[in-house]
Amino acid sequence: MEMDWIWGLVGGGLIGLGGAVFLLGNGRIMGASGILGGLVDGTGRGNFTERLVFLLGVVVTPMLLLPLYKDGVDTHMTSNIAVIIAAGLLVGIGTRIANGCTSGHGVCGISRLSLRGIVATVFYILAGGLTIALFRHILGVI
Amino acid sequence: MQRLFLSLLSGALFGAGLFVSGMTDTTKVQGWLDVFGNWDPTLAFVMGGAIVPMFIAWRLTSGRRPLVGGDFPAPPRPEMDHRLITGSVLFGMGWGLAGLCPGPAIASLSYNGSGGLIFMGTMLLGMVAAPIFGRQLDGLAAKV
Repeated sequence: MEMDWIWGLVGGGLIGLGGAVFLLGNGRIMGASGILGGLVDGTGRGNFTERLVFLLGVVVTPMLLLPLYKDGVDTHMTSNIAVIIAAGLLVGIGTRIANGCTSGHGVCGISRLSLRGIVATVFYILAGGLTIALFRHILGVI
Repeated sequence: MQRLFLSLLSGALFGAGLFVSGMTDTTKVQGWLDVFGNWDPTLAFVMGGAIVPMFIAWRLTSGRRPLVGGDFPAPPRPEMDHRLITGSVLFGMGWGLAGLCPGPAIASLSYNGSGGLIFMGTMLLGMVAAPIFGRQLDGLAAKV
């Protein structure tokens, strides 16, 4: 458990460094939903390659690190297809309507002391907590 | 070229951070949200660890320009609106249900099996459909 916290801090630091490079280098906010969303809804046509290359980095680094973990990595992804579909749709619609997710509003917004980032983070954490409480402890679905 | 290199470097750091922090493990995310169950504080350490370098980075933006030129993002708008709140609530519900948000969904694409692919597919579908829901929401908000 203690190792989990340390790796959490180390990983968090790397995430923050990535955001710092994107901000100080390219002058842009590192938000996963915004970078990906702009690719699929046409709003990111002006910097299509910049977005694509960023996403390539996000996908490929874990592939390179994976062999270092001898026991493999388990994502413990639910096998309930209905839950996956509902969750995917909610995350896709929600992050685009709110214009940000955990990286954009959470990491980049809070560190900037943006009230919008802080409010968004409070609301998605509350909604997530209530969803877990309802679907795990009351309905027993997840 | 420099812009693309920095973009790749940023994405690589982001992906590595999500991977080593354990944030692509859905039980860690759901565990953090599960205050009535076996609560897992890891996500708070990840958030804290990420906010520190970003806080310094934001401080460094004042009086400077981005390395590749252009301008830094405009200051955040102060006002809240129905889109920010409703969107965040919908996102939080999906985040809790599957334990995945967009960053880790992308980072785990190569090892999260068919479930990860289905999540990615439906998330992209949601992103494409979002403007329609957004307009509906604006209509509703105008009536209230």
